[in-house]
Amino acid sequence: MKQTLKKPILAVGPFHPLQEEMEFYQLTIEGEKVVDIDVRLSYNHRGIEKLSETLQFDQVPFLVSRVCGICSASHPLAYIQAVEEIAGITPPDRAMYVRVIINELERIHSHLLWVGLGGHFIGYDTVFMWAWKYREPVLDLLEEITGNRNNYGNVKVGGCREDIPDELIPKINVELDGIEKKTEMLTKAVLDDPVLHARLKGVGVLSKANAVAYAVTGPTARGSGLGIDVRRDDPYAAYGDLDWKVIVQPEGDVFAKAVVRLLETLESVKIIREALKKLPKGPVAVEVREIPPGEGCGHAEAPRGETFHYVRSDGGNRPVRHKIRAPSYVNVPSFKASCIGQDIADVTLTLAAVDPCYSCTERLAVVDSRRHPIADHEMLLRLSREKTARLIKEMDPPPFKLEDC
Amino acid sequence: MTQRPIRDRISEIADKLIRVEQPRPNRMMLLCEACNSFEVNRFLFSELGLRFVIVTGIDAEDSFEILYHYSNDHTGCLATVKAFIRDRENPAIESVTPLIPGAEWIEREVHDILGIDFVHHPNLKRLILHDDWPQGVYPLRKEVRT
Repeated sequence: MKQTLKKPILAVGPFHPLQEEMEFYQLTIEGEKVVDIDVRLSYNHRGIEKLSETLQFDQVPFLVSRVCGICSASHPLAYIQAVEEIAGITPPDRAMYVRVIINELERIHSHLLWVGLGGHFIGYDTVFMWAWKYREPVLDLLEEITGNRNNYGNVKVGGCREDIPDELIPKINVELDGIEKKTEMLTKAVLDDPVLHARLKGVGVLSKANAVAYAVTGPTARGSGLGIDVRRDDPYAAYGDLDWKVIVQPEGDVFAKAVVRLLETLESVKIIREALKKLPKGPVAVEVREIPPGEGCGHAEAPRGETFHYVRSDGGNRPVRHKIRAPSYVNVPSFKASCIGQDIADVTLTLAAVDPCYSCTERLAVVDSRRHPIADHEMLLRLSREKTARLIKEMDPPPFKLEDC
Repeated sequence: MTQRPIRDRISEIADKLIRVEQPRPNRMMLLCEACNSFEVNRFLFSELGLRFVIVTGIDAEDSFEILYHYSNDHTGCLATVKAFIRDRENPAIESVTPLIPGAEWIEREVHDILGIDFVHHPNLKRLILHDDWPQGVYPLRKEVRT
């Protein structure tokens, strides 16, 4: 009889021990080397695309800002740009600048969050402590402007809900100076550290050809020498009026992605500073009455890459179809190209290097409660008690006495 | 902002298309039947070098529409291939995954939620629906109410 040898599979998940989100990686290994990799997702679906079809156009931004807590400015912005495209609405200039400022603050806090997590993943917790400490003032600023540290809910079809008060601008500038100084220090500390060079360089390389084939976006693409950025390529909000540069690194390894994110953080500080200087006077919203039939696409550069929304309207007050493509949805599958052939220890880091956001990636499932009963707390408690009673009956264990212990 | 790179060469695949719509200067829709979709996708991705963005599947009551979104990052324009699947009983379309590995997940997702068969897909198993989800129920079809 012919015997086939099965290669061992290392299971990581379904609750990822490091990234602390629901995803299930199965690494096929030969010794220390990973020879194949598969992933199982969908532990955390919320049915957002289907739910969106039940909400009115002006309610959807609040829903899509909950696609992801980190990208809660980019998703509503992409959706709103799609709707504004259908209706042919141009928001006032000031709204365009406010959108830029909120989105760049989001980028700073998201990139600092990743730098911290990246440090944590390789056991360099000092970086984790620093980065998250420096991220705090950014969240405070967002809270002061929009009322929330996350899920800002600040954009609406036709403009913005909240303006940036002029008296707040000096304070934002002072905070930006602090953030810039600390990020520069962090960037230098990270980029000059020989240990980090040894740990991150040449690890998890995603070639430029594979970056194109897997259609990756954002820092994952720019770290592989693919200079794409929606902010420059299809300028939205006020990005066309501002002077900034796209950071590109050709190496494709984890180190290159870290460099891209750190330098982009500094670039974002410059963008906000210039936007505050040029902030035009005037209203931040125009009145929108109805959305005509049609279809529109909106895309925005979220911290992790391009977020893309497609909206179709039939002239009613709700979208008939709303498709959301979060950047991680195309960035994560590139692990097929970057992880195979790596050591197990490097794969964990390579998977983290695209800054995966499973919350973004998984949005769609519907629970049909008519076919499957949904258990509430009381029901679970009752089932659990019944099971224990059944087991006691089946096993017939000797009575438990405290004095025997 | 112009769609010239596509406009200049669109005659090469003119016989595969139903028509071309340009609702806005930086947006373009290429309408085709499902049987011609692979050729049109190959033209945009391999010949013109556009970046694949995503696939949208829509239940349009009388047919299924599969939208392949592409981005031309040099001109900032989006191009969309809109393929119509007229057969509602056995909806099927040629998979683009052999050409574009980045399309694997989304074709599996559309298969899950709309029940479209992506012919020649290398790995058309469930991606987002639970293993216990009943066979033949597709949550994004219009007959499934929230």
